[in-house]
Amino acid sequence: MPEREADALLRARGVSRSFGGLKAVDDVSVDVHRGSVHSVIGTNGAGKSTLINVLCGEIQASEGTVELLGQDVTRWSQPRRARAGLGRSYQRNTIYAPFTVLENCRLSAQAALQRPWDWLAAAERCEASVAAARHALERAGLTTQAHLVAGTLSHGQKRQLEIAMCLSTMPRVLVLDEPLAGMGPEESERMLALLEGLKREHGILLVEHDMDAVFRVSDQITVMVNGRVIASGTPEAIRANEEVQVAYLGEAFAD
Amino acid sequence: MDPVVFLVQCLNAVQYGLLLFLVASGLTLIFGIMGVINLAHGSFYMIGAYMAYALAPWVQQLVGGGFFATLACSVALSVLLGYVLEWIFFSYLYEREHLQQVLMTYALILVFEEMRSILIDNDVHGVSAPPSLAGTVPLGELMTYPVYRLFVSGVCVVVAAGLFWVITRTRLGMTVRAGASNREMVQAMGVNIKLLYRVVFSAGVGLAALAGAIAAPVSSVYPGMGNQVLIICFVIVVIGGIGSIRGALLAALLVGFVETFGTVFFPQAAGVLVYVLMAAILLWRPEGLFRTA
Amino acid sequence: MSEQEGSPAASLASRLVPVVLVAVALAAFPFAGSKFGIDLLTRIMILAIFALSLELLVGQTGLVCFGHAAFLGIAAYVTALLTPQSAPAPLLLLLPAAVLAAGAYALVVGALSLRTRGIYFIMVTLAFAQMAYYVFHDTPLGRGSDGIYLYFRPVLSLGGWQPFDLDSGHTFYYFVLASLAFTFGLLALLVRSRFGHALAGIRVNEQRMRAAGFRTYAYKLAAFVVAAMLAGLAGFLYALKDGFVNPELLSWHQSGAVLVMIILGGLGSLRGAVLGAFALAMLQELFQSSTVFGEFARHWQLTLGFTIIACVALMPNGLVGIGRQIGRRVFQLRWRHA
Repeated sequence: MPEREADALLRARGVSRSFGGLKAVDDVSVDVHRGSVHSVIGTNGAGKSTLINVLCGEIQASEGTVELLGQDVTRWSQPRRARAGLGRSYQRNTIYAPFTVLENCRLSAQAALQRPWDWLAAAERCEASVAAARHALERAGLTTQAHLVAGTLSHGQKRQLEIAMCLSTMPRVLVLDEPLAGMGPEESERMLALLEGLKREHGILLVEHDMDAVFRVSDQITVMVNGRVIASGTPEAIRANEEVQVAYLGEAFAD
Repeated sequence: MDPVVFLVQCLNAVQYGLLLFLVASGLTLIFGIMGVINLAHGSFYMIGAYMAYALAPWVQQLVGGGFFATLACSVALSVLLGYVLEWIFFSYLYEREHLQQVLMTYALILVFEEMRSILIDNDVHGVSAPPSLAGTVPLGELMTYPVYRLFVSGVCVVVAAGLFWVITRTRLGMTVRAGASNREMVQAMGVNIKLLYRVVFSAGVGLAALAGAIAAPVSSVYPGMGNQVLIICFVIVVIGGIGSIRGALLAALLVGFVETFGTVFFPQAAGVLVYVLMAAILLWRPEGLFRTA
Repeated sequence: MSEQEGSPAASLASRLVPVVLVAVALAAFPFAGSKFGIDLLTRIMILAIFALSLELLVGQTGLVCFGHAAFLGIAAYVTALLTPQSAPAPLLLLLPAAVLAAGAYALVVGALSLRTRGIYFIMVTLAFAQMAYYVFHDTPLGRGSDGIYLYFRPVLSLGGWQPFDLDSGHTFYYFVLASLAFTFGLLALLVRSRFGHALAGIRVNEQRMRAAGFRTYAYKLAAFVVAAMLAGLAGFLYALKDGFVNPELLSWHQSGAVLVMIILGGLGSLRGAVLGAFALAMLQELFQSSTVFGEFARHWQLTLGFTIIACVALMPNGLVGIGRQIGRRVFQLRWRHA
């Protein structure tokens, strides 16, 4: 799929982040284009989580820039980036356990149309947020569970809800942190199908440990070791890259 | 300001700050390691002071001892009280939410206040310094400084040094610090974490009671002393950062100076200055000066 | 707010009916009750407003504030200070002034305190309340620990016409009841609004709310100020009721007591806040009664302390939680026999 510069929805340029003396992320550049999945892989401690946190605005970059939909968002707060079209899902479940599945998504959708001063209108009758929530639940395959309390869902369903909540804000770019974490083979298949479907209208930055999934669904893969990018390219190029094989993939992938 | 007067105020500030450190160190340790916010910590200060007052005649009668014997007795009894309290009450608070801890320890303050009211009384009392420390030291040509206040500072310095040494150089200290960051791991390594917590808690209580007992001759013994000290200690812990002994020391000295010199220069606003200081620090560094936890 | 089982209509009825019954009972009470009873209920209703205001902060938003009495006290003092010695003040001036004063202090204190979290927040709110206490206790502004007297309740004058006279005990009772109804109604609306749902989301998972795009600091500050203003309403009424204000209104015993009320009643429920205020006030009356406790009534704080410990330990969901459990058992029994 041809990727032009102009299509980059999310772009990190020379991003670094230090904690005291430790450089957790060192001069990393990543592009996310519409209609494609860009995966970031690496061993534990490679700096992937820190990179995601910097991209989403949870922590500030020490150096470098982050651009979202053409705007420089390096100094923007996380809520501001979210409202501008950046959606994020987390590795651990961050769902609102006491609320219903529908309310989980409706509340997330409400972020786009907040109106906090309107105390007369009941939140649950707000048509716009309910519609966005139902749409997101449909994409994620959770429509029949809409009225269940979120805390009672199975682990796989909770991961689906995590994605649905991310979709409820109608983002342009999705940053997904290990969406397959803790899933069995059937659930993983469903999640991958969902990601393939989402790919079409969004740009996706994916962090995952499941290598089969990564190679199946990605259009581009970036490999990180010790905070630095050691390789970036198509799945075939990465598979053939010797440095990557040595550092990360192990003998099983060597040709 | 006359240099000798300045020196006197500095000495007062240091003495007050060090005394506060003794109480605050217990509070920050207990929170940093066991995760319990204890509103009743000030009550231990009050208990130490009232014991120094109430036990004196008993100690005199039974053992023939004076100030130092009463002091040792008060601290020992307080440590015992802390041990029992941890066992029957505080150990149940560790896993609970902050709000529940706040309410249960608030209720404990009510219990302590009434117990004191029943067992002793609600009056203000003076406690005399021992004759060996009742003298003064000359400062400059005209002024003198009470030896007892120097003694208080001295005791606090020794205790602080001891605390630092135990925490940083002994196995117990290491275990305590490890227990703070990873409870399960320490337990898995065979350390009796329950006993550890009990020891830490008792030490915290002992520190506060010691502070109250040695402060008694200086500030007298009165019903509201525990609550007053507690809130200042909260300010100290907020400024210094929870779990940090270093932070508590620095913050306590800072508060000591602000309060002492504040009373001299702005007598009416003195009570408020400490909070202004806290507000200023919050603006600059919301997590305190030395955040560890 | 937890979800109820059963049909939505039945659930709404089961929640509305008790509230309406209580409102009717309160409205009817002055016709049958003694002066002592009216006085006591007036005080309890004012405390209920105070408790409701804290419920918004602690129960809905999850912000444990241990300095809420400062807002009650500041409004009470402003009420007393702005009432002239020789004539009543206009209600339309006094009430907004008191409420806005509380709100203004909350804006400053909240802006600073909300930079902290968890345990720090609890300690910082307590410290700022103590600061306000010292201002009224030590400086000439508050006339010290002796307090200030109020000689006139304000009058509402609409172009010469005075619809009611607050000096009458009965009229004042209904004024307080109306204020309670207003507070309850306002909070009920707020809790079901977008703002309220956002606050609930912040309570459950603030990070998630930020990731969705909510500026959580602004929401928390808004809740803090609204809660303070409602506490200010309670403070205004408190000053009027006894005609006397003193620094103990800002003490942390007061802050602690209101926290006990909402836990006792049941956190996360507006009815719980009202119930808790009632229950704590009755418990205090009981423990202080020498007919029940004899000599020991002097040490009622001891009994209260143990009671609080027992309640927090044994009734985590408060009285409302127990009410629900009983309701569920009854419902199950009836269903089984149907």
